[in-house]
Amino acid sequence: MKIWFAAMALLVAINASSCDSTAIKVNDLSQQDISIPVGFKNTIIVNTLGRNRHISVAANGDLFVKLEKLSNGKGIFQLRETNGIWKVIDSFCNYTGTGIAVKNNFLYASSDEEVFKYTIGSDGRITNVSAPEKIITGLASKRQHASKSIALDNAGNIYVNIGAYSNACQVADRTAGSPGQDPCPILEEAGGIWQFKTNALNQSYKEGLRYVTGLRNVVGLDWNASNNELYVMQHGRDQLGQLNPDMYNDTTNAELPSEEFILAKKGNDFGWPYCYYDHLQGKKILGPEYGGDGKKQGRCADKDQPIMGFPGHWAPNALLFYTGNQFPERYKNGAFIAFHGSWNRAPMRQGGYLVAFVPMKDGKPSGPYEIFANGFTGKEELMSTGDAKYRPCGLAMSADGSLLVSDSKAGRIWKISYKM
Amino acid sequence: MVLNKILGIKNLRNRIFMKKVAIVLSIFIAGKQSHAQSIKPTTMAAGKAVYGKACITCHQPDAKGVPGLNPPLVKTKWVLGNKTALINIILKGLNTPIEIDDEYYANPMPAQSNLTDEQIADVLTYVRNSFGNKATTVTVAEVKTARAKK
Repeated sequence: MKIWFAAMALLVAINASSCDSTAIKVNDLSQQDISIPVGFKNTIIVNTLGRNRHISVAANGDLFVKLEKLSNGKGIFQLRETNGIWKVIDSFCNYTGTGIAVKNNFLYASSDEEVFKYTIGSDGRITNVSAPEKIITGLASKRQHASKSIALDNAGNIYVNIGAYSNACQVADRTAGSPGQDPCPILEEAGGIWQFKTNALNQSYKEGLRYVTGLRNVVGLDWNASNNELYVMQHGRDQLGQLNPDMYNDTTNAELPSEEFILAKKGNDFGWPYCYYDHLQGKKILGPEYGGDGKKQGRCADKDQPIMGFPGHWAPNALLFYTGNQFPERYKNGAFIAFHGSWNRAPMRQGGYLVAFVPMKDGKPSGPYEIFANGFTGKEELMSTGDAKYRPCGLAMSADGSLLVSDSKAGRIWKISYKM
Repeated sequence: MVLNKILGIKNLRNRIFMKKVAIVLSIFIAGKQSHAQSIKPTTMAAGKAVYGKACITCHQPDAKGVPGLNPPLVKTKWVLGNKTALINIILKGLNTPIEIDDEYYANPMPAQSNLTDEQIADVLTYVRNSFGNKATTVTVAEVKTARAKK
């Protein structure tokens, strides 16, 4: 397996530097395998890297890619573009995970328990690959929702998602008939966003601030510099119908609960595990494990609301506020969201596997969401997750203001630019 | 003429050889078919129905699971191996790390002990003989025995 990944990593370099006709060429406009709006063009800058998770671009334009599985023993890959060709120039770290973010010449990256800080030198290379500063440690990681996504503000803080290691905090997880724990003990150390300092070492729960609670799991999050607020995408709970067949049918099980687009202010409580958001009714609903019937609000009436609800189980894995000048004006400060794609809409057809755009004004959606990039499944109708060709997972803005999209399945990275 | 004769004999030998091959093949195929036919279509249909209710969401319509979350049920030792262990996964659930082909799966398998012995026998027989799997049936008696030991 390792040899295979090594070969794949090598292939990236080879693909990027040659015109091998047997592989899909980089920057080949004939390979329009995903659909994007008229006026935009898309190029494949990396063909096969690994299980790409989040991506981040440094001030000099270099791209850092975090992997879900080590490739050739490494979890972070650094790519540099020269005359339109992207090459791997470095790879490092022996941990996997999702979180990665560049801020002010520092690279932050997370394992499932810790967050590390690397220094980017004047030549753009990491100066301390083998000895990064450990700024956060000892975070809960118990298999489910273990990855730690991160975002940074402009005041020296880092926000870390600590996902709940449960579906709906039932006594017996994901088991029909098992009641919800009340209060849910998982909320003591997970199920929300924690705030830490970027300039302190070995911080854990004691040193951190519980910024937001009642979030089951967040993979995509971003700091919106236009209004200085944190926004997050909540992955709603699974299996409403499977666990409660008398209240939900296959259709409502697929559609509910919403994937929530959330403006997360300090002290907010979004209701997990007691509540879920129903975008069809436009409100928080009491979960069936806590006495709900699909309509009753109960204790959920005063929980904090999302700013938008997306269809169920689409799995929003990345959020990016567009701050560039390349795209038309209406995209400025709007939100791009990469949906990794569903599995528990089965037996109905799966959903997500796309990049959506939400126009924003004054920090709030100014219109309905639009499907920006689509066709990642390579199929008209996807029934089983494993049949998807690509799964969009990470978003970043390149130095020239293009949108970069990473894929966790085949290992691609696309660059979507506006045709000027 | 001589050449024809030799060729004729050769052809005859070939024909006999081919006949032997055909007989051996047909016995082999018949054996395979009789194995497949030993599973009642009603069992497979009943098993498929249980799969559609209890398993399909996590393990997916193609039984290939979900990468990183829910394990596949296609040609794994868990499905094709020890039947008592397999029955116990249904009865008691499984919440320990599972590794299949260098991949790990995070979600817990909930206990499905609310299913009847017959439903468990049917669905396991169905899974062990669908999606490219081929294995012996799971009987109601085997499920009953495993449940009694619980």
